[in-house]
Amino acid sequence: MRQQYTFYGVLLYVASTIFVLHLAMWEPEGPVWKGLFWMMMLFICVNAVAKSFLQEGRERLLYFYTIAGARDFIVSKLLFNALLMVVMSLLSVGLFLLMLGDPTTQVWLFVLLSMMGGLSLSLVFTFLAAIAARAQQSSALMAIMGFPLVIPQLLLLNKASTVAFEPVLQGGFWSMILLIIGLDVLLVAMAIILFPFLWKD
Amino acid sequence: MLRQKWWKIVCVILLLYTAVAGFLGSVPAEPILNETIRNLYFHVAMWMAMMITLTVSVIYSVKYLRTNKHVYDIYALEYAKTGILFGILGVVTGSVWARWTWGSFWSNDPKQLGATIALLIYLAYLVLRNSMTDLDKRARIGAVYNIFAFAMLFPTIWIIPRMVDSLHPGGMGNSFNIEMDPRLREVFYPGAIPGWTLLGVWITTLRIRLQLVAERRHN
Repeated sequence: MRQQYTFYGVLLYVASTIFVLHLAMWEPEGPVWKGLFWMMMLFICVNAVAKSFLQEGRERLLYFYTIAGARDFIVSKLLFNALLMVVMSLLSVGLFLLMLGDPTTQVWLFVLLSMMGGLSLSLVFTFLAAIAARAQQSSALMAIMGFPLVIPQLLLLNKASTVAFEPVLQGGFWSMILLIIGLDVLLVAMAIILFPFLWKD
Repeated sequence: MLRQKWWKIVCVILLLYTAVAGFLGSVPAEPILNETIRNLYFHVAMWMAMMITLTVSVIYSVKYLRTNKHVYDIYALEYAKTGILFGILGVVTGSVWARWTWGSFWSNDPKQLGATIALLIYLAYLVLRNSMTDLDKRARIGAVYNIFAFAMLFPTIWIIPRMVDSLHPGGMGNSFNIEMDPRLREVFYPGAIPGWTLLGVWITTLRIRLQLVAERRHN
């Protein structure tokens, strides 16, 4: 990774945001904690993943174009961003537990769900960044296209993660998980099928 | 074929039939719904028309990506615009209905939220297109996004709202999910759905012709 400063930049962003939340809220209750966590994840994702396409110069893209096919390129981008977001979500869960207290009843379940959430968000934003990078004013477009598209996922994740705050497993949990996985599969398939059309220019 | 007159006459007749039979015909008396059940011919049929026009739009987007013919891009754009129009009408007719059955125009029901999200995703399609000036690039990226938006339509309006409790008829925890009454079928299937869909096609063909004329003048 040649642009290490972006990684550490996002890391610093995570840490300082959580610290501000810690100063402002001290130890919030379960629903607030959960809501803050998913909003936090959304903004981390916009910052970390969106940059992956938008900050590549024309020359760099041309270089990638000559050494790799479109499919390989998008698959590697998806994998890299997914990995990045999984690491980021682990770090932010850790910091959340450390600074905002632990209102959960099943911590490990929440950790797993947050990793899954980070993964799903990274897939949406990778594909959107690939589209937005081709247009002018791409960062504004990311927000316009991105927010309606992530609402369904965030709602599902938020609802599914309620389970980690309650002593008993609720009904409908597995169907939500299946739906999230289904959305992820759909996104990956779409990205692999459609990206070659974005790529050639 | 689309330049012929007969289907426009059929459209007018079907919509007249929908309006007359829809407001004057007899309907089953259901609790809560009562006379508002007539909204089936307008609200539900408009959603169906929206689904059909958006499907046509996505077919033209796929065709564009396969052939790179500029007209297909115009077709896809105009069908998507008509679909958005029907979507907005669907939300408006639904919220007027909700005013008299649920007590307020907007109550953050899952169906209302899902429909709004779907419309926002499609409005972003128009914004995305406008952000590019190069015709070829705009068409290609627009087509890619249109296919993506269509795929997102299914979770937002078909799957997620059905998984949660909703006051909306046909949903979980609701009295009205029985078989449709034959009196309703008589107007809904032969009259309302084809009527509104044909109106959508009519509007779209006019807009496509306008667009083509404008481009010819521009060149």
